[in-house]
Amino acid sequence: MERLLGKPWIWSFAGAAVVFGVTIAFTGGRGAGGMLSATLSLAVFTVIVGVAQMFVITLGPGNVDLSLPANIGLASAIAMKVMAGDDAMVPVGIAAAIAGGVAIGLANYLLIRALRIPPIIATLSASFIIQSIDISYGRGLQIKPPPGFADLTSLQVGGVSVLAVVTLIFTIGAGVVLSRTIYGRSVLAIGQNPRAAWLAGVPVERIRCLTYILAGALGGLNGALLAGYFRGASIDIGNEYLLASIAVVVIGGTSVSGGRANVPGLWGAALFLVFLQVMLNTFGTDAGPRLVLTGLVIIAVIVAAGARRKFGGARRPATDRQALEAADAHSGTS
Amino acid sequence: MSPDAGEVVRCEAVAMSFGNVRALAGIDFHVDAGECVGLVGHNGAGKSTLMHILAGTLPPTCGGIAVGGTAQPAYGVAAAHRLGIRCVFQELSLCPNLTVAENARVFHRTLRGFGWRRRAGALILKQLDTIFPDHKIQPGATVSDLSIGRRQMVEVARAFTVTDAPLRLVILDEPTSSLDAHTAGQLLSFVRRFVAGGGSCILISHLLNEILHHCDRVVVLRDGRIVAADQARAFTRDRLVAAMGAEAATARPTRVKVRQAGEIRVLARAEKNDGAKPVTARAGEIIGLAGLAGHGQTKFLLDVFAASEHPADGLKVTAPVALVAGDRQSDGVFPFWSIAENIGIRSLNRLKRGIFLSPEMEAEHAESWRRRIGIRAQDVHANILWLSGGNQQKVLFARALGSDAAIVLMDDPMRGVDVATKLEVYDMIHAEAAKGRTFIWYTTELEELGHCDHVYVFRNGRIVADLHHDELSEEKVIQSSFQEQRPA
Repeated sequence: MERLLGKPWIWSFAGAAVVFGVTIAFTGGRGAGGMLSATLSLAVFTVIVGVAQMFVITLGPGNVDLSLPANIGLASAIAMKVMAGDDAMVPVGIAAAIAGGVAIGLANYLLIRALRIPPIIATLSASFIIQSIDISYGRGLQIKPPPGFADLTSLQVGGVSVLAVVTLIFTIGAGVVLSRTIYGRSVLAIGQNPRAAWLAGVPVERIRCLTYILAGALGGLNGALLAGYFRGASIDIGNEYLLASIAVVVIGGTSVSGGRANVPGLWGAALFLVFLQVMLNTFGTDAGPRLVLTGLVIIAVIVAAGARRKFGGARRPATDRQALEAADAHSGTS
Repeated sequence: MSPDAGEVVRCEAVAMSFGNVRALAGIDFHVDAGECVGLVGHNGAGKSTLMHILAGTLPPTCGGIAVGGTAQPAYGVAAAHRLGIRCVFQELSLCPNLTVAENARVFHRTLRGFGWRRRAGALILKQLDTIFPDHKIQPGATVSDLSIGRRQMVEVARAFTVTDAPLRLVILDEPTSSLDAHTAGQLLSFVRRFVAGGGSCILISHLLNEILHHCDRVVVLRDGRIVAADQARAFTRDRLVAAMGAEAATARPTRVKVRQAGEIRVLARAEKNDGAKPVTARAGEIIGLAGLAGHGQTKFLLDVFAASEHPADGLKVTAPVALVAGDRQSDGVFPFWSIAENIGIRSLNRLKRGIFLSPEMEAEHAESWRRRIGIRAQDVHANILWLSGGNQQKVLFARALGSDAAIVLMDDPMRGVDVATKLEVYDMIHAEAAKGRTFIWYTTELEELGHCDHVYVFRNGRIVADLHHDELSEEKVIQSSFQEQRPA
């Protein structure tokens, strides 16, 4: 139990369970099954962008990809246009959406590297450009997804979304990449201290480039899947993922200052966020208060998780704190 | 003031445990006014822990602290400061994003109101001038832009500044580890002046001569206990070493070199043809970089490192390079990682099974180096920050020596490493060099230059002397370091 409580991801799952419990208590148990399977289907998309954002944030202070929503919007349009309603074109459409994402990731990195713009500004300004491209490219786009693709994204077996199972396997893969490959180790090293990583022989810039490309590709994939699930592309289909992608990373126990990632927590946090929406819908809350409440709950969870991490466990206070501060401060200035 | 002016601080039966690691096992320790107490012991003996307790940054697991004869039940950083106890930590505690003057202000709350920055600057500058007359540090300089040696000078000077709170005891935890011989001498003679004026100091150092020549009393720690305590003049170097628990570790004769010169691994030509000498490092050679701290030695190492990745003008590097950082916090340690991960990061390519990294191979690799280099930890899976500073340094050595690099760059790597380990590492360096590895070694300790085949002396970023092992002497190195004072 003590070991379990020490895991940062347990809190996001606990939060999800609490919110689910409150909702069920409110409805008197009705619709619990349907609510579960709907939440699982929706959480998939949050998890995929969450993985993308997690890799980027783990690169260390300042690294974040704010172009994911625009990327998702454009990718949804690309996927629908390339598929053109034809089931045979589904793989090509997905590949095209991913290719678009890769291009966006590369562009982000080049802005950051060549023009030395901080990632937060670079990816935000990139997202305006992407949106403009999307507007002109997807003008009047009313193409429905191929029926087979649409069915696939919402296919359920025994109430469990097939896509969710595939995504679960994918996230396990992401966890393996992070801890068991040279690429993943390099990301974690850079996030802790980019200078020390460089001096330990890590190709820092190559890894950063790969990571922004990876995030872009996952954004593109997510755009294609969303267009299938919601039966069509839209420019603002990805909007909610700006906050959600960062929130799931943070709630899930990934260090915001980089160097420490948490894959299981993404699932807990994504389920938590979707359950929260479902709960507020069930309560019949209006859109305004709903946003306020969502914001407050996210803040509360992050504070609670942060307090737990700060005071939990026996550590070597002075040296630990000093070393971390020094590492933080250093990576912040370089 | 006479040495009997009273007791500054006393701790009784102080014990400290980190988890199940016992760092101090019930220690009685005191410092009187007007004395300098030397504290020695191997890495992990508990020296830094004791200092953290005295400075109030760590509350002891049990035991009591009395200052000036009065028991202090609620002892902490604020109480220590109020009572005039300051500490210069081994892991430097300056805020890197602030200027030197701003860091001085952090210490002195009374410096407020209009013009505080100027007053704080004047305060720290005055103290720097007193301790290190030719320091060349601007109060407006940002700390992160200073070399580690200069940061250490600022840290030391700041501890001796006085505004409202009294100043009775300054704890110096390896204050000279990043200073060259000249600057270290300035500091130590200042310490004697301070003590003569009635102040007290605790001096922690692995350089036993510093302890023997500048302390009144010496206390030896071993495995969290005091094993010897006596007047400094009652100790000799050998007695100290024996008390610390090392096998009779006397300075071994420096090597006699009989080796074929190997292929050239590093060739650095001066950028401009202004009389600076080129650096050549061959396979199997140990090359020393000397001179006053912060005169371009570290930059040279970083240039060599960068040139191994991307070809650079005038700098040819023909083999893989690894670096042993001296400034371990900013250049070396990954704070979230275990000892094994910290060692393995430079050798990931060789720790794979198929396409995946193998945690077992990584642990084996770390375990073999833990034993070879004597890292004091039960388990290589423990977080690296649980290790004392010197043991963290050993991890960085293991990272570089355990890698495939044919060239090992060392940036004053013995900071905080104890005598016995140093000797082991020297042997390891010689053995690796005999196998054909090239070492380029920047050191602030003149003794270590005796291990080098060839020494280049730096001044103001240029190489001003090129000394072969046979023509090497302390005088020559010091002379070339200061040559600017007479026409060259």
